[in-house]
Amino acid sequence: MTSIAAEYPIVVIWAGQAGFELCAKLRLLGVKEPIALIGDEDAPPYQRPPLSKAYLLGDLELERLFFRPRSFYEVENIDLRTGCSCTLVDRDRKTITLSDGSVLGYQTLVFATGAAPIRLPDAIGGDLKKVHYVRTLKDADAIAEDFKPGKHALIIGGGYIGLEAAAVASGLGMKVTLVEATDRILARVAAPETSTFFCNLHTSHGVDLREGVKLIRLIGEEGSVTGAVLSDGTELKLDVAVVGIGIRPNQKLAETAGLECENGIKVDALLRSSDPNVFAIGDCASFPYGDARIRLESVGNAIDQAQTVANVIAGKASSYAAKPWFWSDQYDVKLQIVGLSTGYDWIVTRGHSRGPLSYWYYADDKLLAVDAINDPRAYMVAKRLIENGKTADPEIVADIGSDFKTLLNKG
Amino acid sequence: MAKVTFTEHTGNQIIADVSVGQTLMEAARDNNVAGVVAECSGACACATCHVYIHSDWVSKLPSIGQAESDMLEFSLDQDPNRSRLSCQVIMTEALDGLIVDVPEDQM
Repeated sequence: MTSIAAEYPIVVIWAGQAGFELCAKLRLLGVKEPIALIGDEDAPPYQRPPLSKAYLLGDLELERLFFRPRSFYEVENIDLRTGCSCTLVDRDRKTITLSDGSVLGYQTLVFATGAAPIRLPDAIGGDLKKVHYVRTLKDADAIAEDFKPGKHALIIGGGYIGLEAAAVASGLGMKVTLVEATDRILARVAAPETSTFFCNLHTSHGVDLREGVKLIRLIGEEGSVTGAVLSDGTELKLDVAVVGIGIRPNQKLAETAGLECENGIKVDALLRSSDPNVFAIGDCASFPYGDARIRLESVGNAIDQAQTVANVIAGKASSYAAKPWFWSDQYDVKLQIVGLSTGYDWIVTRGHSRGPLSYWYYADDKLLAVDAINDPRAYMVAKRLIENGKTADPEIVADIGSDFKTLLNKG
Repeated sequence: MAKVTFTEHTGNQIIADVSVGQTLMEAARDNNVAGVVAECSGACACATCHVYIHSDWVSKLPSIGQAESDMLEFSLDQDPNRSRLSCQVIMTEALDGLIVDVPEDQM
């Protein structure tokens, strides 16, 4: 049996935003015990959202992506092991094995393993060079290499990642084609109204956006992508492709360790897995939400779940209450979303496409979510209402002349 | 370099040496100031880096942009005279000595 190289009260697997936030929040709560933070990338923990936005555009320097300088981890007694992955979890011995062969003991283990992009099958060209995914710093740097003015990019998938990549490519002066296999972009997360707004936005910036069109296969020469065949019968010549067709939770390690998984690592309201010494947070965690279970792929969720587990470890247990919110930057448009629109049955529109615009999602008379497009005030008001379990009078919402303050006071 | 004094809601003071060109939010983050959450890390999308600027310094700061002002209008415990989103304040030599209070909650 391999001997244990080091014992840690707390071990965190993967150094994404959730893992980092947990370490930082434990220290803010005065928990001083040694922590091991395991990350398979070379960089210290960094922000991911700018990878498809400002960083990819070249508007944000590398150092600004890092949550903290490396010195932070030394000062705070956090053993940050970058360039190193976890290959095995032994819950009986309470140990993990790392890719360098070393074995670490834990008392509390936290999976913050994130999610990985769904890949295009090799059979249709997924293994070609210059076919990119957007998840890591390395991915973004590789895309930046291939995003050059005048070149032709195919973006596969009309979700937020695909749309943000298309906006960057278009902004850099590239020729851009985007294909979305379903009948509209953002179909999984937004109402047709929001889809239409962003479809028009991209089209007005010269993006050839094709809804209801599938990629049949990519064409390669000498191992690099040079073209694509689409389901509408066209064949494109390409210089680069970016794939944004969703992500799947990284749960294999947890499954192998015998933890219950179901579209993510199953956790309870305190974010504990089926093993009381093991937690899961961030993109990889499937947590109770109403009568169902959901995963949230967002920064806000990573931060709030890290706070919940930090509280539990510090002896200040409190159930996790999700406060979903998201944002996206495309061209000069900022989209802010609060709430989850799943189950909505009608929409109220406030404003128009030339100015502040917001779509309010209702189920019956209950306000579920709001998409605010260049309308920070609508976002802030809706956030206050939704997080306090209040609704908004649809007549006031629809009346652009009404004051938002009325909504807050009425609730 | 410019010195900034952050006072957390507990009264704990953190005096930070901040590089010119960094934002006030980045300075708070790099110095582990409790209460500056900064969920969107500077995209002016979340309003969770709300701080209060000491009255003596308010007029020395660059003026508030439209997006920042819109976000602040409905922030928790907003102070119309002293509230700023720290991600929108870029540090300059002229801000050496800046004094900032951090609220207890952001939303």
